[in-house]
Amino acid sequence: MTSASTNVPAVALKGVSVAYGFAGGGRYEAVQPVDVSVEDGEFVAILGPTGCGKSTLLNIAAGLMPPSSGTSLIFGERLSGLNTVAGYLFQQDALMPWKTSRDNVAIGLEVRGMARAEALKQADAFLKKVGLASFGDRYPHQLSGGQKKRVALAQVLVREPKILLMDEPFGPLDAQTRLIMSELLLDLWQADRKAVMFVTHDLDEAIALSDRVLVMSAGPSSKIIGDFTIGLARPRDIAEVRSLPEFHILHNKIWNCLRDEVRKTYGLSDSKAGAAS
Amino acid sequence: MSRMKLLFLQVMVAVVGLTIWHLGSTVAIGVASNGKPVHLLPPFFFSTPWDVIKRVVTMFVEGSVYKHLMITLIEATLAFAIGGISGVAIGFWFARKPLVAAVFDPYVKMMNALPRVVLAPIFALWFGLGIWSKVWLGVTLVFFIVFFNVYQGVREVPQVVLSNARMLGMNERQLLRHVYWPAALSWVFSSLHTSVGFAVVGAVVGEYLGSSAGLGYLIHQAEGVFDVTGVFAGMVILMIFVMVIDFVVTMVEKPLLVWRPGETKTV
Repeated sequence: MTSASTNVPAVALKGVSVAYGFAGGGRYEAVQPVDVSVEDGEFVAILGPTGCGKSTLLNIAAGLMPPSSGTSLIFGERLSGLNTVAGYLFQQDALMPWKTSRDNVAIGLEVRGMARAEALKQADAFLKKVGLASFGDRYPHQLSGGQKKRVALAQVLVREPKILLMDEPFGPLDAQTRLIMSELLLDLWQADRKAVMFVTHDLDEAIALSDRVLVMSAGPSSKIIGDFTIGLARPRDIAEVRSLPEFHILHNKIWNCLRDEVRKTYGLSDSKAGAAS
Repeated sequence: MSRMKLLFLQVMVAVVGLTIWHLGSTVAIGVASNGKPVHLLPPFFFSTPWDVIKRVVTMFVEGSVYKHLMITLIEATLAFAIGGISGVAIGFWFARKPLVAAVFDPYVKMMNALPRVVLAPIFALWFGLGIWSKVWLGVTLVFFIVFFNVYQGVREVPQVVLSNARMLGMNERQLLRHVYWPAALSWVFSSLHTSVGFAVVGAVVGEYLGSSAGLGYLIHQAEGVFDVTGVFAGMVILMIFVMVIDFVVTMVEKPLLVWRPGETKTV
């Protein structure tokens, strides 16, 4: 762990729960009260079957939605409104389609009051870092899915957020591009460690990238059912790390925990049958 | 298909149409009991293409048409400007204030359901027979098109783009400028051809129902004296007029909508 002088976690969700009320008076509990904490400089993956509410936890940490109960502390301070020290990488395309890549990256600096010329300079530098040096003048619709993600990554990182929130950011990409993007993310992150909350349903991705993997149970009323420390040495090479024996041991351990939950979401069997197989 | 081939086929359609018109109105298919030739398209009702072309050329050469073109152009431009600006302003206001939108919703629907032609006489009464009765008729048409498009555009900004913009630190004013405004503008431009067309419709219909100048007036005058050639000539000029305006609109919107998908071509 690289947490600097303080021991205050970057993100601490305390007893956070999410429930939706329906117009008819019904109530749907999406997430049971959970505690999640991410240290400064720690890369935490939240793993779970689809629909378990892991993205919801991310939105709460971002301040995009309020929890039904519980509090979120950001570097020890109670969060109300938007989390201004966090950068959020969305699963879907979130770039402004009417702005070029360069403008999309620069805008986050401009709205802070930075002069446009300086913002554009930094945007160009960041586009270069994500390997899109010559794509600054392209509009999002002229980019491939992977290129759009790179722009989005630059857009978030150029603002130097203290916390990175990522919602299955590479989910819609093909397998090869995902691997390349994971490598890029790890390279950028290792250079300047920030607290990361990384939501995914991909077990390999979670182990390869993170320091800690939290496993969530299937919804409704999901909760955190597993907390695994990933002791693989850093800096890591995404491709190599997957062939290490420790990787497979961790993979088996976490998969045992996750398997029943995945089955539940598809209504395949109850937990007993899952354990027996 | 190549551009030339397409153009050729397009011209062929006109040639075939004009030929049928020409033959039908000039070649007699028999003789009536009173000794007059019988046509498939009697020239009294249909004129002939050649006469219409001669009339159009004469009107341009003599210069009598320019004054009317100018009047219609001014009316349509004013209708477009006033209708467009008020449509954008109110569309924005409604989209950002759901309560206002909800309160006015039935009235907007009622106003929009009303056929605008019935307003023409009352506008003539209120604003006189000059250009303003035509301008306001055009405004009632243009306003609703722009209004609905802006309203829709602002409300249908994808939630994820909005969340992202907020996470990038934008305040309300910055969201308006960098997210809502461009989103609405793209909808306005996609409806530009329609709204410009309606501005002309408003002007011409207004002139048609009571005026002393303009293309609608020309056509109405010709109809009044059963001058079918004059009516067709007026219609041809109106069509050319609208085509020219449409071309200008296309030129204006092209650089403004480069970011839109579907505009890229392989070279």
